[in-house]
Amino acid sequence: MDATTDRRIAHLKRTRAVLVFLLTAFGVLALRLWQLQVLGGLEFRQLAENNRVRIEKETAPRGIIYDRFGRPLVKNVPAFDISVVPEEFPGDRTELLASLLSLQTEELEAILKTKRRTRGEPLKVKIDASLDEVALVEARRLELPGVRVDVEISRGYLYDDMASHVLGYLGRLRPDQQNSDEYKHVPANAYIGQWGLEARYDESLRGKPGDRVYEVNALGQRIRQIGYVPPEKGQDIYLTLDLDVQLAAEKALREETGAAVALDPNTGEVLAFVSRPSFDPNLFSTGISSDQWNRLLEDPRKPLFNRALQAQFPPGSTFKIVVALAGLEQGYVDGSDVVTCKGWISFGSRIFRCWKREGHGLVDFRRALVESCDVYFYSLGLKLGIDTIARYARALGLGTRPGLGLVPEAAGIVPSSQWKRSRFKEPWYPGETLNAAIGQGYVSVSPFQAAQMTATLVNGGKLHQPRLIMGFPVGTLGITEFRPDILEKVRDALLGVVEDLHGTARVARSELVSIGGKTGTAQVTSLSEWKEIEGEDKGRLEDHAWFVAFAPAENPQIALSVFVEHGGHGGSAASPIAKVMIEAFTKERNLAPPGPGGAHDG
Amino acid sequence: MADPVLLPLPRFNRRFIVTFDWVLLGLVVLVAGLGILTIYSATRSLSGDIQLTYHIRQAGWLGFSVAALLVTVAVDYRWLQRFAYALYGLGLILLLAVLIKGRMGMGAQRWLSLGVVAFQPSEMAKIFFILALSRYFAEVKRPFGMRDIIRVSALFLLSPLALLVLQPDLGTGLIFCFIYAGMVLIVGVRRKVLIALILSVALAVPFLGSVFWSGLKPYQRNRILAFVQPQADPSGIGYQINQSKITIGSGALLGKGYLKGTQGALRFLPEKHTDFIFSIFAEEWGFVGSIALLMLFLLVLLRGLETAQMAKDRFGYFVAMGVVTMFTLYICINIAMTLGLAPVVGVPLPFMSYGGTALVTNFIAVGLLINVRMRRFQLFY
Repeated sequence: MDATTDRRIAHLKRTRAVLVFLLTAFGVLALRLWQLQVLGGLEFRQLAENNRVRIEKETAPRGIIYDRFGRPLVKNVPAFDISVVPEEFPGDRTELLASLLSLQTEELEAILKTKRRTRGEPLKVKIDASLDEVALVEARRLELPGVRVDVEISRGYLYDDMASHVLGYLGRLRPDQQNSDEYKHVPANAYIGQWGLEARYDESLRGKPGDRVYEVNALGQRIRQIGYVPPEKGQDIYLTLDLDVQLAAEKALREETGAAVALDPNTGEVLAFVSRPSFDPNLFSTGISSDQWNRLLEDPRKPLFNRALQAQFPPGSTFKIVVALAGLEQGYVDGSDVVTCKGWISFGSRIFRCWKREGHGLVDFRRALVESCDVYFYSLGLKLGIDTIARYARALGLGTRPGLGLVPEAAGIVPSSQWKRSRFKEPWYPGETLNAAIGQGYVSVSPFQAAQMTATLVNGGKLHQPRLIMGFPVGTLGITEFRPDILEKVRDALLGVVEDLHGTARVARSELVSIGGKTGTAQVTSLSEWKEIEGEDKGRLEDHAWFVAFAPAENPQIALSVFVEHGGHGGSAASPIAKVMIEAFTKERNLAPPGPGGAHDG
Repeated sequence: MADPVLLPLPRFNRRFIVTFDWVLLGLVVLVAGLGILTIYSATRSLSGDIQLTYHIRQAGWLGFSVAALLVTVAVDYRWLQRFAYALYGLGLILLLAVLIKGRMGMGAQRWLSLGVVAFQPSEMAKIFFILALSRYFAEVKRPFGMRDIIRVSALFLLSPLALLVLQPDLGTGLIFCFIYAGMVLIVGVRRKVLIALILSVALAVPFLGSVFWSGLKPYQRNRILAFVQPQADPSGIGYQINQSKITIGSGALLGKGYLKGTQGALRFLPEKHTDFIFSIFAEEWGFVGSIALLMLFLLVLLRGLETAQMAKDRFGYFVAMGVVTMFTLYICINIAMTLGLAPVVGVPLPFMSYGGTALVTNFIAVGLLINVRMRRFQLFY
């Protein structure tokens, strides 16, 4: 055997060792490839997609809110956000950008250094930029690469502070909302309804945001658009509000503190809803400043307070409607009810006065309501007893929350012997019935309830579920069948309140339509309150004025309440406002009977 | 009389064509072609930027590389054996030149500029290193004892290693060590010595490790940290490893298809056309394509082993084994790195990664294999 063969054999052993090493190493690599590509393929493909795809939300146009006749109350307006993609933004331009946006340079630098972000994700540096700022940035676009102007959709309220307690306002998604399920699909920084109907119906109003799907590179630069799902516009909402009535009421109450509510007595639809003073929801649409917000919160007249639903006051003489109805139904108005009012009666050891010091003289049922004689109702109230009165008050919707779902509502108080026991652990004293019978003492109602009471009375006893949105079937919370002749008597008397020579609301008489109503005056009584307001403006010493009304008297289409805080007497302060509302309502619907000089086409 | 093989002129006769290893040349040209396609895919423009021209330049380098291979084949390897030490000396001088130039500039310097082309002397130095070792081993015919190892290390390894570490070029330095270790094992080491060596390495690792660690530059430490714990900071040091795994994994079984990969062209994967070219290939061709590529590499290596086995003398055997060792190390370390099995050490994938010097060097190495194979018959000329 020659040397070459020996050497070849020796080499073969080593070559085999190398071969084994080689195959082992390649085997390990192949196994790892199997692990990553075959076993982990789907997961890694998803990760690669996440790398490459960026979805940018496109806010959907918000549903428009209309009045009952389709007149828009709001419009969508753009809000501008300025953001910066730090990867594309040259660091030496920080000062320039800060000066354009009136930010501190350090402030801007701090934002740009935000840690928790994915590459290429834009950072908002100025939310709700003014149009001037947007123009400044756009003009220097070439000097400011990586700076973007994003458009969000916000709201313009066409009638400023009109019905703002109903409409509510929009605001940016708050940090606590960003994590909640309800707003899962809402882009961060989007405007959403934060109050009122805007909040209540936010989900249907806001629609579905669209997706712009971009392919991006590792620097976050968009390469191309690879998908687009257009946003779905939010649903429009038709309110039951009647713009004309609403505007008329707002105008009439403009300088006052108070509320006005008008209902369709046949359906429970809210025709007008006013709470004054009001606020301008447009302030919130472009980001309310903390100054403006504090001013709203600290205003002593509480513009954010929803007086129509949240305020409760003694109803005063408007409550006599309840007592009158109860008296008729219970058969106490039979001739024996006639009283002689000499300005007061004594009961127990106390004197109970009529508002008319000199007395009304001989007073029957109709005159008692028309001229609002307290003495008559003291007497009728005593005959009925507090629990019967309470039963009728409840039937007319008092003492329960209306349930509009806008704000936490006041339930009001319908006192009864049982109520007194559970509340004060004391029995009901008959003297307290006298106070209750004229709507003073414990009784309290909200302006909304006063309107509901009137609506329920004039529609014959159907307590409707009040509604702000059109298109829902009429819901009835309770039906009390009042006898038509009794209703007729009450209606006739309430018509007299406005029409009769001595009616307490004669100033509300209208040439256009027959109006029925009842005035009320809630005394500003409590001793502590007297002390507290001593030395302040005299207006606060005045009583609160109430007026509830309906029209046309013979076939009521509108029932309403007007409440003016410290307005004085209901007849003088509140009833003219009701008249304005009713006339606005009537004109629009041509309900007015042809007047003597008017065209007659029938 | 001196050996008759004094710079033989290339004679392209019929015999040359018949004995030439067309299979091996075909394999490496195929792999290099796949490399060019992948380089194009990795650097293609998606955003309307100017299209980069890496693939065109690489194609040019491929032409030059084939020419260099043919020249290498034409020169009888026994002539190379004679000048092996001289070439080795030349390699050291080149490394020194790079080092001095680097010292005068700032930071790491691996390039020497030769007018229009810049080249990396450490690449050529590897070939000269293999030739020198092969000549030495060819003349020593007994299993190595401890003294031999110390002598050979002192003679051949220490100087290039020192020059590389000073550059610093950690990856190439490591490759030199591995080539050296591989060839020493192939020569054969006495069993006792082998055990002693393994034990002493095992004992020295903790001590050397800490010395090594404190001597590393921050970016080198980061690479090793990132390998140990790639999830620790996905946007920082672990980013590259994570993105490479995503790139490869997302190829799944059949791949995304050529030019359908997203990780490279969208720049999520750094060094996509150089050290991480395999990741891009695996993304577009999937598991099936990756395994096929591994098979191509395996065929090249097996052809090299076969060549070694056929070699007519010890020098030829060691040259072939050295080249195979070098390719094996590069391929395994590079792919293991892209798969997250090894730290990121900056080792390119032979024949595929973008880079002219490496491509030329690798083709010259293949030329050595073909050279040895062609001249396996005693009576060639």
